[in-house]
Amino acid sequence: MSSDALKAATQFVALNEKSEPYLVGSRCEACDQLFPGLRQHCAGCYSRDCMKQIDLGTHGSLYSYTVVHRSYKGVSVPFVSAVVDMDGGGSIKGTMLNVPPDPDELTFGMPLSVVFRCASCINPEAEGYVSHFFTPALDA
Amino acid sequence: MSDRVYVIGADMIRFGRFEDETPPSLAAKASLLALDDCNVGIQDIQAVYSGNCGETMVGQRMLQIIGQTGVPVANVTNACATGATAFREAWMAIRAGVCDLALAVGSEKMAKGVLVRKNRAGDAVPREGLVGSETMPAVFAEMGMEHARRFGTTLEQFAMVSVKNHFHSTMNPKAMYQKETPLEEVLGSEMIAYPNTKLMCSVNVDGSAAAVLCSEKKMKSLGLSKRAVLVKASALASDPFTPRNTVMPDLNAVTQLAANAAYESGGIGPDDIDLVELHDCFATAEICHYENLQLCAAGEGANLLQSGATTLGGKIPVNVSGGLLSKGHPLGATGIANVCEVVMQLRGEAGARQVENARVGMTHVVGLGSACAVHILERI
Ligand SMILES: [Zn+2]
Repeated sequence: MSSDALKAATQFVALNEKSEPYLVGSRCEACDQLFPGLRQHCAGCYSRDCMKQIDLGTHGSLYSYTVVHRSYKGVSVPFVSAVVDMDGGGSIKGTMLNVPPDPDELTFGMPLSVVFRCASCINPEAEGYVSHFFTPALDA
Repeated sequence: MSDRVYVIGADMIRFGRFEDETPPSLAAKASLLALDDCNVGIQDIQAVYSGNCGETMVGQRMLQIIGQTGVPVANVTNACATGATAFREAWMAIRAGVCDLALAVGSEKMAKGVLVRKNRAGDAVPREGLVGSETMPAVFAEMGMEHARRFGTTLEQFAMVSVKNHFHSTMNPKAMYQKETPLEEVLGSEMIAYPNTKLMCSVNVDGSAAAVLCSEKKMKSLGLSKRAVLVKASALASDPFTPRNTVMPDLNAVTQLAANAAYESGGIGPDDIDLVELHDCFATAEICHYENLQLCAAGEGANLLQSGATTLGGKIPVNVSGGLLSKGHPLGATGIANVCEVVMQLRGEAGARQVENARVGMTHVVGLGSACAVHILERI
């Protein structure tokens, strides 16, 4: 993926100093709770201004999911909506790629990898925006 | 103040699609029905709490139709818990001694099909399809799949919820759909978000429901003790922090919190409940809520359903009205509509779907975002 002019599609993606995308999260320095995206205060322990920006990593496991057959107008279906627990802590939602949209092909706890693709693979108007997706673990 | 607050009037319109109605005109219809149910006029009402998710000032605009008495009006919105929140506001006002007679009304005009959320700040590209799904069927499907992960719940078991509630609806002339759906039909209908098929999703319809609440002194002076129903407990919770809450709304935790509070403040337990109207916005939710409302132990929800305990005639009938799955789900009205059902049951006026010797009933709604309201009502 070329790095020039890449922009984050959602608040879950940030670009590092080499302009490479990563899954951005926050860690509460008071209670260690991890959150997807950036935030300022902790909803868990109520500490203020306690968040450290972190990389949520590239590996996780499938916590829950659904196969979506009816969505908003213009969104192509079916697709797998996944709730993923990251191996280093924290949970995040995402769309799965490289897996048939079929419950028989999905197992709770299955290892997943984070991949980054141009959001235009889902939304033709999103050229130049990078987003995170999950695939069955690439190195399993 | 009045420790004991009663529902003296409660009624709803049959939900449906009403092209020519507005939220205020729908609210007016239900309010007049509820007022007539207890022989009270709008001029007797000292405060109005109006629930609606789509518009503002519905309460005042309703009074502009049925009588501008100048009383305090507050408009509340709390997602699918909106109606129940308006009801609770009326309960609190009377309990606090601010007034003796209050009207709670919920109304909604709904768009057809899948509800579309506004794009969130911070996202350049809309999330739907890109970051999984945020549709209601998908959110509640993921809740069901979490239950499946923990307890092995099957698609067929979730589908049985629709079989039961649609069966109940055949006895409710006010249900939008009054048609039995055998298991094969539920499973064979269009898949919306696995495991929720179309017949496992509640329908977006227009509707309204209203309740008249009253202090003990006023209830007695009106001579209404025969048909009055005591509000034994009222609880409202927001979603407590749980680790996945930001990515997967934890509707279990918020329900557990509200249910515990209701049982505690009512001084009663789940064994005392004779019937429940709970928030079956999707079939997957009902089995989870059996456990959240302590109708059975964790993991026993599917067994409870399959045992027939939650069917009319069973130990703890759930959604004998047909539930949201059959009645339809006009967001702001839903929480008061289930109060109407329980009031009717406790008065022994529910006809073919009457739960025998119903003395105590529970209502439950959950609004995504999240809010949960639980009320316990008792025959006096
Ligand atoms: Zn914290």
